[in-house]
Amino acid sequence: MDRQGFLQFFLSAGCDSFAHALKKSFLAAVWFAFVTFPIMVIRVNTIEHTVDWHWQRLGYVVLAVFFGSFVWRWLLARKELKKDESKGESRAEALLTTIQSHKILKFVALGVIAALALAFPEVFDLYQTNIMISCLVYVVLGLGLNIVVGLAGLLDLGYVAFYAVGAYAYALCNMHWGVGFWFMLPVGAVLGAILGLLLGFPVLRLRGDYLAIVTLGFGEIIRLVLENWGEVTMGPSGISRIARPEFFGAKLGVIGSTTYMYYIMIGLLVLTIFCVNRLQNSRIGRAWLALREDEIACQAMGIDKMKTKLMAFALGATWAGMAGVVFAAKTTFVNPASFTFWESAIILSIVVIGGMGSIRGVIAGAIILILVPEYLRDFAEFRMLLFGAIMVLVMVFRPQGLISAKRKIYEYKANPASAGNE
Amino acid sequence: MEYFLELLFGGLTRGSIYALIALGYTMVYGIIELINFAHGEIYMIGAFTGLIVAGLLTMLGFPGIAILAIAMACAVVWAAAYGYTIEKVAYKPLRGAPRLSPLISAIGMSIFLQNYVMLAQTSDFLPFPELIPEFDFMKGMGSMLSSSELAILTVTVAVCVGLTLFIKYTKLGKAMRATAQNRKMAMLVGINVDMVISATFIIGSSLAAMGGVLIASHIGQINYFIGFIAGIKAFTAAVLGGIGSIPGAMLGGLVLGLTEAFATGYVSSDYEDVFAFCLLVLILIFRPSGIMGKEKIQKV
Repeated sequence: MDRQGFLQFFLSAGCDSFAHALKKSFLAAVWFAFVTFPIMVIRVNTIEHTVDWHWQRLGYVVLAVFFGSFVWRWLLARKELKKDESKGESRAEALLTTIQSHKILKFVALGVIAALALAFPEVFDLYQTNIMISCLVYVVLGLGLNIVVGLAGLLDLGYVAFYAVGAYAYALCNMHWGVGFWFMLPVGAVLGAILGLLLGFPVLRLRGDYLAIVTLGFGEIIRLVLENWGEVTMGPSGISRIARPEFFGAKLGVIGSTTYMYYIMIGLLVLTIFCVNRLQNSRIGRAWLALREDEIACQAMGIDKMKTKLMAFALGATWAGMAGVVFAAKTTFVNPASFTFWESAIILSIVVIGGMGSIRGVIAGAIILILVPEYLRDFAEFRMLLFGAIMVLVMVFRPQGLISAKRKIYEYKANPASAGNE
Repeated sequence: MEYFLELLFGGLTRGSIYALIALGYTMVYGIIELINFAHGEIYMIGAFTGLIVAGLLTMLGFPGIAILAIAMACAVVWAAAYGYTIEKVAYKPLRGAPRLSPLISAIGMSIFLQNYVMLAQTSDFLPFPELIPEFDFMKGMGSMLSSSELAILTVTVAVCVGLTLFIKYTKLGKAMRATAQNRKMAMLVGINVDMVISATFIIGSSLAAMGGVLIASHIGQINYFIGFIAGIKAFTAAVLGGIGSIPGAMLGGLVLGLTEAFATGYVSSDYEDVFAFCLLVLILIFRPSGIMGKEKIQKV
């Protein structure tokens, strides 16, 4: 499309003419001015009986909506056009596929990523490393939830409960008996798995949204118990001064232990990616996919539905338990406020925005949802607002997620090396 | 006995508010099978609009009952506008997308609206004027039933009856039922499905806004976060009764409200929400599709 044609398409996307497009944008601006009027413009103080009027905000809304609606319509129209053209492989995905299909390129890319990951704490300061650690924690959590939601198709809104159990288990054991990090990491994993089984049993019969609300309720129950069972969990004030992991018995300073924590997290992430990748292509992984696609057909194929579902819950929860232990060791402080429903929602968004069932997608999702808001700190107060807006926008314009999962496709081609794989 | 009655009326009030909000969830779910997570935020926006209008009118010196009526009407209008806009912006472009996409979009919308209200208003708790005056004939009731509780109960009963009649007898109500049953077939017989969906969002949002103003005036304070817990509870109520069923939502709301009231009154007030969720898990284990829900026949 030449420049003139592009401009024309942009201005009149989804409309007959410029005039129509202008009218539509104008109407949208007027409508939003009306909708946002009371909340944005008027602020009453019912005690002192004063009113603040913020008329200038109405102007911002009108301008933003008037110009924004052109972009909105253009993006929607482009999405429609794209739908007809291809099955929607984006440029980034195509690039990833090319890299993966060439052996040398693949090793070079892996090498670059590994070098970057190892050099990170040396190059950047403590603050950056800390942000990166929490991003890695979310990647692990996302990969764990990906097993339950992305592969097995069970909508779990209470995933954070397992995370909380791991964190509190380490915090309590460390406080009472001085148990170390390395001992608690596998214990946290086992506790997560057991809790996953316990939750799995009663909800085996539920499906879809009933499952979602029950898991949500379960997550809230755990959080409320943590908050109210003061004698054991110290209530809302939480447990502080949790020991950081020791490096073969040596105590490390703040910088040293943060760097150490970072490498532990990298190790855990590599382990997670390895396991999840192997699980995906295993017998149970295929059973999960079958379960996600169609429960009844899956049963008819002779797959034990109960075992498959329980395995999904237990294995998903395992990673959450481990991530919880790491979280407690990293922040040296846990309280129930870290384990609200929003945390579950954020982890779920990482999975869905990244692309369900895709490991690369989950990593991309975590980077977008965790790192971007961190670097938006300059807009501190607008951070969560933008976060919500990003979630809506990504879903509206890429409902299948950023990087969609691809199964191995066996195609007969003259050159078998170019078959897409993950 | 008096304590029992107090708890009973408290539970009924609480339950009817849950039911009012749950109706919006259940109607939307019935038609487009979407958990509208932003519905709790609509309730919150309704309450805020009510507060702003009531605050303005009090300063202008309007009489009490007029303030109540106008504040309620404004809350309904604006909440309906928000519901309509949210549907158009965040859900309509996602028709036909994978099931989880509109859910994430709804969660995003919910976060957006909370922070929008927090930034535009404040994050503090704001005092809400008592809009429902003390009735004279209620004096003898003591602490058992206050006039605002009576008002909430009356409004809920009226709304429920009205809504049931509306769904059953009007043209739009029939169109809604048809769309809920089979969207494609409804389209084939000439029902404007987009219009029906918009209407559903508008009605559901209006009910939530009424609930918002009533409960805010009853409790006496609001902040930007009230939508979350109310939304979760109402959603629990909708699922409890069988999501998609309108009498189910009412029943679910009442069961949930009464359970909470009696459990906090007789057992422990710390674990108020735990009882609600335990009840939900228990009922769903024995009736996986809710109290009034119909078991859907699954086909391959």
